Amino acid sequence: MKNCLVVDDSKVIRKVARHILESLDLSVSEAVDGRDALTQCETSVPDVVLLDWNMPVMSGMEFLQALPDANLSARPKIIFCTTENGISHIKAAVEAGADEYVMKPFDRETLESKLTIVGVI
Amino acid sequence: MALPPSADPLLSGSVSSADPMRGAARIFSGLLEARTGQILSESRAWRMETALKPVLRAHGLSDMDALASRLMGHKDAMLENDVVNALLNNESSFFRDLQIFDMIHRHILPRIHAQRSDRTLRIWSAGCSTGQEVYSLAIQLCNDMARWRGWRIEILATDISTAAIAQAKTGIFTQMDVQRGLPVGDLLKWFDPSGDDWRANSALRQMIDFRTDNLFDAHAPQGEYDLLLCRNVLLYFTPERRQSVLRLLARHSHAGSVLLLGAGETVIGHSEDFVPHAEFRGGYGRRADAAAQSGGAMRRAV
Repeated sequence: MKNCLVVDDSKVIRKVARHILESLDLSVSEAVDGRDALTQCETSVPDVVLLDWNMPVMSGMEFLQALPDANLSARPKIIFCTTENGISHIKAAVEAGADEYVMKPFDRETLESKLTIVGVI
Repeated sequence: MALPPSADPLLSGSVSSADPMRGAARIFSGLLEARTGQILSESRAWRMETALKPVLRAHGLSDMDALASRLMGHKDAMLENDVVNALLNNESSFFRDLQIFDMIHRHILPRIHAQRSDRTLRIWSAGCSTGQEVYSLAIQLCNDMARWRGWRIEILATDISTAAIAQAKTGIFTQMDVQRGLPVGDLLKWFDPSGDDWRANSALRQMIDFRTDNLFDAHAPQGEYDLLLCRNVLLYFTPERRQSVLRLLARHSHAGSVLLLGAGETVIGHSEDFVPHAEFRGGYGRRADAAAQSGGAMRRAV
């Protein structure tokens, strides 16, 4: 079973994401910010990271910037989540290494589509 | 689009004995069938009231019975059109059924490329809805432009819904639309922001000839197409009408054409002209003797 690490400081968003991802036959782990996510990735690399953009301690962008220097055995696919659909915002995330993006609030169909595009399901 | 001369949809809407529709709903379903050939499934019938609410608002009508009375009272082409557009299912998404698009990209288009000595690629999307499928095809072709440089590419996209075609022509899609199936790389490459929405760029839009057209009185398709897509369309028709649509598609195909239908649709039992394709799983090709009767291999009269 493939694993998705949900990174979001909102407990509600993590709960919703978990519910959807588990219904898509993915196992789910959770992190509350980018730092927590990085630590978890160093222990066990997930297949995909669902990454919030605005978080305390370490933001989504800071996580992406730190990822190349982290000691990971593989590079996970990154889907970043945002509430902004500005083209500069999306471009910045893609240039920083995100594989896909998804707008909040997302539903099962949208998340399923993004996971298909990145090849996780 | 004219109504068939023998059909008065307000009197003759056919419904099954297990019909969940009553009263006004029968009138709307009859109108839809007469204008488009589509039968309202039970699941769509239950959504009828929701679908028609914008029509009620736009025409200042209080409820479904008032709408039915207006339709029966006097000829109102605009109102009829709005009702039909509202009842048609325009659900679509980019790269819907990704494996089909993968097969088109990896196998079908390269095969057509190798076979067409006249360097002309002709595609017809029959029942294109709001355009996501055919824009997806155009994106695939643009992303592979080195292969197609020097080729003439003709993409015809037809749908009976005037509203869907008008929407498709604009190339404007909501954030929700582009979230479903469109890779972010293609979004950034082929679309421009348009307020809160996204608009296909002019290069993409100019590749596609969108036309409102009725599969039972078709005028838009001309000659033969190398790739025909009629996905998630036949399921709305009676068996007789499915045969009629497949005969039309056969008339506009040649021995090397590939036909793609929706996942739950088949030619089996509905067509003498098409058979499951020997190479492309889920695709259909012309039956050899049927293709020979209609003019031989790879002929195209445009």
